[in-house]
Amino acid sequence: MALLKKIRSMPLYLLAIIILVFTGFPFLIMVNSSFKNQYEFMTKPWSLPDVFTLENYSLIFSSQFFHYFLNSLIVSGISVVIVIVLSAMASYPLARLKFKFNKPIFILFLVGMMIPIHTTLIPIYLLTISLGLYDTIWALIGPYVAFALPISVVIFTMFLKDLPKELEESAKIDGCGHFRLFWKILFPLLTPAVSTVAIYNFIHMWNEFVFALVLTSSGENATLPLGLREFYGEFSVNIPGIMAALTMASLPLLLVYLVAQEKIVKGVAAGSVKG
Amino acid sequence: MEGKTEKAYISNTPFLRDKVKTRRQKKNREALVIAGFLAPALLVYGLYVVYSIIMTFYYSLFDWSGVDNIFIFIGLQNYIDLMHDSVFWLTLKNNSLLVVSSLVTQLPLGLIMALLLFSPIKGMRFFRSVYFMPFLMSTVAIGILFTFIYDGSYGIVNQFLGLIGLESFQQAWLGNESTAIWAIIVTICWQFAPFYMILFRAAIVGIPEDLYEAADIDGARKWDRFKNITLPLLMPTIVTSSILSIIGSLKYFDLIYVMTNGGPNNSTELMATYMYSETFTNFNMGYGSSVSFSMFIIAFLITLVIFLLDNRRKGAI
Repeated sequence: MALLKKIRSMPLYLLAIIILVFTGFPFLIMVNSSFKNQYEFMTKPWSLPDVFTLENYSLIFSSQFFHYFLNSLIVSGISVVIVIVLSAMASYPLARLKFKFNKPIFILFLVGMMIPIHTTLIPIYLLTISLGLYDTIWALIGPYVAFALPISVVIFTMFLKDLPKELEESAKIDGCGHFRLFWKILFPLLTPAVSTVAIYNFIHMWNEFVFALVLTSSGENATLPLGLREFYGEFSVNIPGIMAALTMASLPLLLVYLVAQEKIVKGVAAGSVKG
Repeated sequence: MEGKTEKAYISNTPFLRDKVKTRRQKKNREALVIAGFLAPALLVYGLYVVYSIIMTFYYSLFDWSGVDNIFIFIGLQNYIDLMHDSVFWLTLKNNSLLVVSSLVTQLPLGLIMALLLFSPIKGMRFFRSVYFMPFLMSTVAIGILFTFIYDGSYGIVNQFLGLIGLESFQQAWLGNESTAIWAIIVTICWQFAPFYMILFRAAIVGIPEDLYEAADIDGARKWDRFKNITLPLLMPTIVTSSILSIIGSLKYFDLIYVMTNGGPNNSTELMATYMYSETFTNFNMGYGSSVSFSMFIIAFLITLVIFLLDNRRKGAI
C-alpha cells in the first residue's frame, strides 16, 4: 500500500520538480555566474566555478551600488509610512461614518487600481519640474504614495468595517473626539492591515522603475532598479559583474521573504483580492 | 406654508432654537471631521492621478515637443494620426497578445503550482519558497538576467540546445523578430505565475474540508473532486485573477524597455513603450499624450465591461 502510494505520487514529484527547475534555474545561473571570472563564464557556463572568486562582489562594493540601495530604502520607506497614515485616515470616514459622498469617493479610489500609470506619466513629469523636484529622490514620493493609495484605502476600509461598532460608542460616551478615537483606539487594532499594506507596497516601490526613469536623470539620484540598468550599460562586457549586481539587488527581498514568508504571502494575497 | 410656520415657531421658541442650532453645529463639525480625515489622501490622489489624467487629455490636443514652449492647438488631430499609425496598431496587437498569453499561461501554471502545494509531496516548504521567488525580484533585474539567458552566443538557452544536439535551433532569441515577443512572454510567465499561485492558494485554503470528505464518501475520484468542488469554488478567484491579468498586461513596460526596447523592428513594441519613446526620446509630447490617453480609454472600457459582466453574473446567482 505504501509502495503503491509512492508510485502514485511519482508524477506529482516529477511535475513539481519540472516547475522547480523552471522557476529556480535562472536564480541558480545568476548566483553561480556571479562567482566566476569572465573567462570561465564564457567557456564553461554550466559548471560550478573552478576558481571561486569574490572579485565581482568587491567591484560592487567599490561602486555606487550602496548609494542606489540607500536611495531606494529612503524613498520606499518614507512613501510606505505616508501611505499608511493617509490611507488609514481616509478609510475611517469611508468605513465608519455615514455621509453623502461616501460611496463615490470609495469608487474613485477603487478605480485607481485599474489606471495604467503611464497615463499620468507626462503630467507628473511636468508637475515635478514645476515643483522644482525634478532629479531628486523626493520627486518619487508623491507618485509612489498616490498609486499606492487605492489598494491601501480598500484594505484599511475592509478591515475597519469588520471591527465592532461598540468600540466607538463606548469611547464617545467617555467624550472622546474622532481624532483620539481613531488614533488611540482603532488604529492600534489595525496592525494586521498595516503590515499587509506595508509589505505589499514596499515590494512594489522597491522594484518600481518607470517613475524613477522619468523623474530622475543623474546617477546620484538613481534608485536600485535604475542603478542596475546603469551597471548593465557600464559593465556590459563583464557579465559575471552584472550577475553579482543582480544577486545583490535581489538579496534583500529574498532574505526578508525567507524570514517572514507567511506574512509576505498573506500580504500579497490580501493586497490583490479585493472585496 | 406649513414649513414656514413651523420654522417661525422654532425660531420663536428659545429651547427649540438652541436644539436645532446645536444639531446643525454638530453636523458641521462632523463634516469637518470627515473632510479632515479624507483631505490628505484625496489631495495627493487628486493631484497625481485625477488631475494628471485630465491633463494628459489636454496635452493630447496639442502639437507640442515638450522641450520648447510652442503649443499648437490641433484638436483631435493626434488621435486621427494615431488611427493611421501602423506602429500604434502593432502595439495594440502586441498588447492583446500579451493579454491572451498571460491568461493561458500564467493562470493555469499558477493554479497547477497552487494545487501542487496541497498535494502529498515532501519538502513542500522548499518547493513553495522557490516557486514564489521570481515575484520578489525587480522587473529590471529579471529583464537583465533573461537578456543573458536568451543571448545568442553564450546564452543558456542556446547552450542547452547545443548540449542536446539541436544546434539548428540556436539563435539570438531577442534579436529575432519572430521569436522576441515569445521570449518575453515566457519571461513574463516566469515572473507572474507565482503571483497567481499565491492567489489560488489563498482561495483553496478557504474551501471547507467537509466538502471533500463528503465527496470521498460518495467515492469521487481525484479528478471529479477537482472538477466538481475545487474548480467551481475557485471561480471568483479565477475571475479576479483574469481581471488583474488583463489590466496588468496593458501596463507592461519595464521588461520590454530593458530587454528589447520595443525592437527588433517594433516587433515587441507595446503601448507603454511606444508612448515613452514618442514622448521622451522623440520629443512628441502631444502625440505621446494621445497614446497615453488611449491606454486610459482602453483600460477604462475593459474595466467597464468586466464590471457589467460581473454584475450580471452576480445578478444571475
